[in-house]
Amino acid sequence: MSDQEDDIILSELNDDDLVAQMFDDLYDGLKEEIEESVNILLERGWAPYDILTKALVGGMTIVGHDFRDGILFVPEVLLAANAMKGGMFILKPLLAETGAPRVGKMVIGTVKGDIHDIGKNLVSMMMEGAGFEVVDLGINNAVESYLEAIASEEPDILGMSALLTTTMPYMKVVIDTMVEQGIRDDYVVLVGGAPLNEEFGKAIGADAYCRDAAVAVETAKTFMARKHNQGATA
Amino acid sequence: MTNALSELLATRDWLLADGATGTTLFNMGLQSGDAPEFWNFEHRDRITALYQGAVDAGSDLFLTNTFGGNASRLKLHGGEGQVHEINKAAAEIAREVVDKSGRKVVVAGSVGPTGDIMVPMGSLTHESAVEMFHEQAEGLKAGGADVLWCETISAAEEFKAAAEAFALAGMPWCGTMSFDTAGRTMMGLTSAEMVKMVNKLPNPPLAFGANCGVGASDLLRTVLGFGAAGPDQPMIAKGNAGIPKYVDGHIHYDGTPDLMADYACLARDSGATIIGGCCGTTPDHLRAMREALETRPKGDAPTLENIAAALGGFSSESDGTDGTGPTRAPRRGRRRV
Repeated sequence: MSDQEDDIILSELNDDDLVAQMFDDLYDGLKEEIEESVNILLERGWAPYDILTKALVGGMTIVGHDFRDGILFVPEVLLAANAMKGGMFILKPLLAETGAPRVGKMVIGTVKGDIHDIGKNLVSMMMEGAGFEVVDLGINNAVESYLEAIASEEPDILGMSALLTTTMPYMKVVIDTMVEQGIRDDYVVLVGGAPLNEEFGKAIGADAYCRDAAVAVETAKTFMARKHNQGATA
Repeated sequence: MTNALSELLATRDWLLADGATGTTLFNMGLQSGDAPEFWNFEHRDRITALYQGAVDAGSDLFLTNTFGGNASRLKLHGGEGQVHEINKAAAEIAREVVDKSGRKVVVAGSVGPTGDIMVPMGSLTHESAVEMFHEQAEGLKAGGADVLWCETISAAEEFKAAAEAFALAGMPWCGTMSFDTAGRTMMGLTSAEMVKMVNKLPNPPLAFGANCGVGASDLLRTVLGFGAAGPDQPMIAKGNAGIPKYVDGHIHYDGTPDLMADYACLARDSGATIIGGCCGTTPDHLRAMREALETRPKGDAPTLENIAAALGGFSSESDGTDGTGPTRAPRRGRRRV
């Protein structure tokens, strides 16, 4: 608690120090500071895509790891994600204009009967933080709602979440319907939620079970890399 | 003022609570995604059978089929206008089962989480949480519940809102939280922090504790954590019967009755007074638990190693109460004021 605590003037930091500061500010959930830093980097001529990947995604990766390791918990992650959203709001239109590469696209929703969307929201925000385009269907989704969304949005990944033992079997209803319609293999299906486990994910026919939002991002990236590799050799 | 539960607590060293509600109703034909609470009207016979199963297996206390019976949860199914009726009906069926049983069994009105995040992180205000819990509490009271019982709560703020609502309804109560994330609740609360919070409540519960979460081992670590923090009230242990697996279109929990019998005795040795199961715990499990509690002597509090040896390992190395948990990496930027 020394003179280090002098007020930080973000615009006076060099690029490296500013990005390091953004990592800390994301960690602390400081939305206004993140917005200011994003604007400073834009003024310094940074490409929107570089700000996204090097500053925001970089910072959220640390948040994700500490969440995974039981250092941060849901309240802190929600604040961090909220700060990141502030930055993304500025970058989104610019990313579209500059035709920045897209990591992948995901449709996500909590299954029918389940109101719990905390975990799903975390995944949604962390995926955006990792550069994915995310279409969030919200809570209480019947199989029709998932099918309509994947038909119109054409995502790479379908994510389903359930937080109750009374709702988790519904994931299988959705996957079974996809199999019946012959579209199951057109998508990577990721499932998550507190009562689930890896074996359950396999038993219902999902591609993977994701223990938490950080694992969801890593798993999604792995599947996207695999898909790109297949595309290259096909 | 005494009530059915405080009378039992005064005369007994341990009480057997009930097992699973949701997973039991699935086996009776509940469709995934549908609200079990409507069965309090539509299938009174099945809800009667659910309660009867616990009573016949020797439970001293069981929870009503009202876990999702608050306005926020029922809204998903268009039932937000029926909160009072749904809760009243569930408690009435329970009352009937108990009155016919010929012994003293406590009807505990189950109150689950709203599913919303409270301010400032989310949108649910303290006032509306209290209002929703109060509405549900009045329904359970009107149906004849002996005590109210909030369960599977993650946020301290929501637990406090439930306590306040129960005071408004003038009802005695119990409350459990779910410790499912590295030994803490999803919101990061440790077992020791829950004790501190409960000890400060203006209307303390008759008993408090943990339910659901990861497996039986984790739950007992949480109970040991409660005990070490100096609680003023008796402790509740309601753990899952192992972990869920998907077998032939149904959820099956892999914990056997023998394992739950060991768990019940270890829970008592760990200091818990009210002992039951959560997801996957059937009447067969409850019978084995009752028999073990009646026939085996109470032992010394187990070590974490004893628990792991009997019931399996823990989901995380630390539960955040021993100061040995993981810590964050040093900051790279400069510290803010």
